[in-house]
Amino acid sequence: MTRIPFSYIWRSLWARRLTTALTLGGLALVVFVFAGVLMLARGLEATLVETGSPDNAIVLRRSAGSELVSQIDRGTASVLETQPDVAPAKDGRPLLSREVVVVINLYKKQTNGMSNISVRGVSPQAFELRPSFRITAGRPFQFGTHEVVVGRNIANRFKGVAVGAELSFGGDRWAVVGIADAGGTGFDSEIWGDADQLMQAFGRPVYSSVTFRLRDPGQFEALKARLQADPRSQSLEVKREQDFYREQSQAMANFIKILGIVVTTIFSVGAMIGAMITMYAAVSNRVVEVGALRALGFRRRSVLAAFLVESVLLAVVGGLAGVGLAALLSFARVSTINFTSFAEIGFGFALGPGVIARALIFALVMGLIGGFLPAVRAARLNIVNALRAS
Amino acid sequence: MKLVKIVFKNVFRHRLRTVLTMLGIATAVMAFGLIRTIVGAWNAGVAASSANRMITRHSVSFIFPLPLPYRQQLLRVPGVTAVSWANWFGGVYGDPNDFKNFWPRLAIDPETFFDLYPEFQVPPDQLAAFKKERNACIIGRKLAQQHGFKIGDAITMEGDIFPGRWEWVVRGIYTGRDQTVDETQMFFQWNYLYEQVQQREPGRPVEAGWYILRVQPPDAMPQVTKTVDEQFLNSRAPTKTESEKAFQQGFVQMSSAIITSLQVISIVIVGIILLVLANTIVMAVRERTREYAVLKTLGFSARHLVVFIFGESLLIAVSGGVLGLALTYPMVAGFGKALPTFFPVINVAPLTVVLALGAAVIAGLAAALFPATRVVRTSIVTGLRMVG
Repeated sequence: MTRIPFSYIWRSLWARRLTTALTLGGLALVVFVFAGVLMLARGLEATLVETGSPDNAIVLRRSAGSELVSQIDRGTASVLETQPDVAPAKDGRPLLSREVVVVINLYKKQTNGMSNISVRGVSPQAFELRPSFRITAGRPFQFGTHEVVVGRNIANRFKGVAVGAELSFGGDRWAVVGIADAGGTGFDSEIWGDADQLMQAFGRPVYSSVTFRLRDPGQFEALKARLQADPRSQSLEVKREQDFYREQSQAMANFIKILGIVVTTIFSVGAMIGAMITMYAAVSNRVVEVGALRALGFRRRSVLAAFLVESVLLAVVGGLAGVGLAALLSFARVSTINFTSFAEIGFGFALGPGVIARALIFALVMGLIGGFLPAVRAARLNIVNALRAS
Repeated sequence: MKLVKIVFKNVFRHRLRTVLTMLGIATAVMAFGLIRTIVGAWNAGVAASSANRMITRHSVSFIFPLPLPYRQQLLRVPGVTAVSWANWFGGVYGDPNDFKNFWPRLAIDPETFFDLYPEFQVPPDQLAAFKKERNACIIGRKLAQQHGFKIGDAITMEGDIFPGRWEWVVRGIYTGRDQTVDETQMFFQWNYLYEQVQQREPGRPVEAGWYILRVQPPDAMPQVTKTVDEQFLNSRAPTKTESEKAFQQGFVQMSSAIITSLQVISIVIVGIILLVLANTIVMAVRERTREYAVLKTLGFSARHLVVFIFGESLLIAVSGGVLGLALTYPMVAGFGKALPTFFPVINVAPLTVVLALGAAVIAGLAAALFPATRVVRTSIVTGLRMVG
């Protein structure tokens, strides 16, 4: 079968520049929204998954979906400390952090809106346990004092949070002594202080969670079984830290996805109709041309293919433009309340190969569906009638 | 009159293309309506809040409880005519990953709560039965429908904030006073929560999550805020008192990023409507270049041609817009069913209808602008020479 040269397709599109541009614009906008939604959901997941380390385990109270509602008393926390699976820290003590998590309200710089901020009280080992949490301005807080360090997202977005400032919560004032960069993880959206000081201030006698480094991550299942069998720790549930944070992102990421998919599905119908209009017009403008092509010996199949390729070309170029626009979103950062942890989380739009591939496949499908019926019409034209058309 | 006839004839010259364009606009208008409605649903709590209720909560954040004796002190504040309190229970029902299994569960004071919330209408006999039984609960009509709960059924779940296994018996089903009321909540006796926690975890304090104040007259609210918050300023649990509306707005603002992105998307939609329509009009005008030149030769002025083009564009835009609006209603209903817990109250607002039609009209005008100027500028000779 002889194929219609690609230059014919290309020139046809170029001849109707304005129409081509308008169709491209419509397709690009739809792909832009589609890719944007995927990037948002992926950004949220990536932020929370990176928060957890595969070598760490976190213990919460059974069926507590978040640290906020979990409670572990001091005695039980000590049971965990004596487990042989806990790796030693540099100083020889267990590399384990007993933590308390509460939320406080702060006001945003831009909108003056209020939001919930996680305040995490940690043990001295927490910094060794989570090496991504680095102090970039000021100094670390001193244990035993009312000092805190704040994540950079909080410092950037909220009022009255800077080195030297004081925050007032828990019936007391807390000096901000440092800003931390946690490498784009969820800790960037938290405030850290001494667990004991915070528990005292908030009148909370129990911890929220215990996180520790596993001596051998491969032995996780064995540890889990042993903790479950031990009556002292039966009320607890141990998870790999990474799995825990992945679960934390689930509800919100699913919500973004469902909302986004509903909206883009509706959009894509609109864009397919747009492509269809353009392609029908292209066919009806070129009836004589199609007749001539057929008279020259090109087969119906070739004509069908030519029009389909034209439509797909439109869609792919539109799709690329849309992905290009969406790539600009990578520079934007958003923050919202995470339904699961009930606290503010800052994250970005994350563009990855998966998102690009899905956006382009989406564009391709729109082009194929939008171009199919018009291409069939072109292919079915009768040579004689087509040549006679004015 | 004849001019209008020409517009109609032109619109239906390419029937398929016109229908496709209308459908394209209809889908976009539908998406616009749906998104605006979702944003509205997000604000449903704000819209439904009462003008004479205030909320007093812990000043640090909503998760810290307030001492029980505050109730008596709040009742003495001038302007406060009634006080009730509630606690967030949380809990995990069934598969936690199923959106349907999450609904608000609140421990409330059975004696005062429903007096302060007249919009939750409970039949008097059911309310009496609820008050008599410690582990009774009252659920919303929609919640009952979604899960098939009936009066007398037991609801059991695993506690998270308050650990252990919990069981309630449905003794009442409330209906909303109007369609802005959330009918997916569950209320149970605060005393039951208190007693159970005393038994299960001796020594764990159970206090009030937040207080609800009825203020009469509503003008007294700023004064009530001041009196209450100053009174508790230096106590163990300082408070923040605000109108119910401001309290609800606080929650909405926390997820303002999502609302902002939805609003951006709704503007993008108007852009898409414009592109689809502009494409059709540009094509139509292009094909008729010679015709317009002939009309000009016959003595039609540029004004007539402009009316033809704008008329055609507006006619398509508005019909598409009306069709899209008609489709918005079933779409919104379906969406509300798919995510019942996120959007317990979801209704198409009149403003949305106006805005959607407005967007279609603006797109109709804008789409005609460029082709119309081109026709006006093209000289008769150039127009006649044009090869299609």
